[in-house]
Amino acid sequence: MKGTEAFEEIIPLLTDEPVIHANGFICRESFNLKDREGNFYMIGSMGLASSIGLGVAVSRPDQKTIIIDGDGNVLMSMGTLAMIAAAAPRNLLHIVIDNEVYESTGRQGTLSSSVALDDVAKSVGYTHTKRVTEKEQIKSAYQELIGKEGPSLLLIKVEPSFDKATGRVHHTPEEITSRFMKALG
Amino acid sequence: MLSSKIFSELLSSKGFNFYSGVPCSLLSGLIRILDDDPQTPYYPAVREDAAVGLCAGAYLAGKLPVLLMQNSGLGYCLNAFTSLNLIYKIPVLVVMSWRGEDGKDAPEHIIMGEINQQLLQTAGMEYSVISADNYEESLDKALQKIKEGLPYTLLVGKGFFDEGH
Ligand SMILES: Cc1ncc(C[n+]2csc(CCOP(=O)(O)OP(=O)(O)O)c2C)c(N)n1
Ligand SMILES: [Mg+2]
Repeated sequence: MKGTEAFEEIIPLLTDEPVIHANGFICRESFNLKDREGNFYMIGSMGLASSIGLGVAVSRPDQKTIIIDGDGNVLMSMGTLAMIAAAAPRNLLHIVIDNEVYESTGRQGTLSSSVALDDVAKSVGYTHTKRVTEKEQIKSAYQELIGKEGPSLLLIKVEPSFDKATGRVHHTPEEITSRFMKALG
Repeated sequence: MLSSKIFSELLSSKGFNFYSGVPCSLLSGLIRILDDDPQTPYYPAVREDAAVGLCAGAYLAGKLPVLLMQNSGLGYCLNAFTSLNLIYKIPVLVVMSWRGEDGKDAPEHIIMGEINQQLLQTAGMEYSVISADNYEESLDKALQKIKEGLPYTLLVGKGFFDEGH
């Protein structure tokens, strides 16, 4: 499956959840397929989508919160997985689009080709983890995890598929903040 | 010396209600008080930039966050401050201990102690060096900046707070 196909499967499953996106390709793909006010597009601060998502989740315990992360981003802030496990927000689903490369900067390999990020999450204490490799598996895996008490991690193994023509997020960072906060209410 | 208890009560009275950071001995009393009180939830971070992210998320979800850290963590945070807080207008109150002030400290603190103010200035991060005389005024200034969506740092020298160990 291509990265884009993973987004095509996930996006229709979203309802009112705040979704914090990792930088690079992740933001751009999601934005271009379907822009949502509840999407936080983190265009800089590589590695911090997970901690931002954790901050939202613990502050809004009754609101299911989703992080869409990249393997390079997760590897940069692997300690945040421990923070998530320790804070244990039941309402947090951490999705990782794992293409085993830093796709946004030219497909240099990441360590996730030899390090299983779902195993890392499991061993630090995420309550549920799942790995999918086929797009047909995404919907049921997502529904299973979103219905359980987290923190959960859904690792989606994809092939690199970034099209350089995919446009950048065209909201300003300030607009992203204000619309996200408004959507969260 | 200011009592950490009084300072934590002051923070609460100003509306701060979310805390994260990485410990410094100079802030140990303050962190203990925050951590012990369920009214002032303190989320330990593994590194200072992760605390910046955590505080940013909390702010987006309606909290007023405080980040407690040693100046040695400033380098880790610069990318987060410049490519998240400053451009997204996501404020945070940073309480940063100043190790290496006046060139008197363990060797690992000397260089950062000398340059931390310049680093903050260069990054466009406003700050005050707080003292017994100006801490309330500095906190009000910080609140003003936070209302404008900007992060603000209170630099705290050795001996300002009572230590908790
Ligand atoms: C601190 C920092 N280092 C490097 C970069 C350059 N950079 C932008 S996106 C990216 C790759 C992100 O990798 P991953 O999370 O796997 O997402 P992918 O691009 O594969 O979708 C890199 C290295 C950056 N933005 N910030
Ligand atoms: Mg990747």
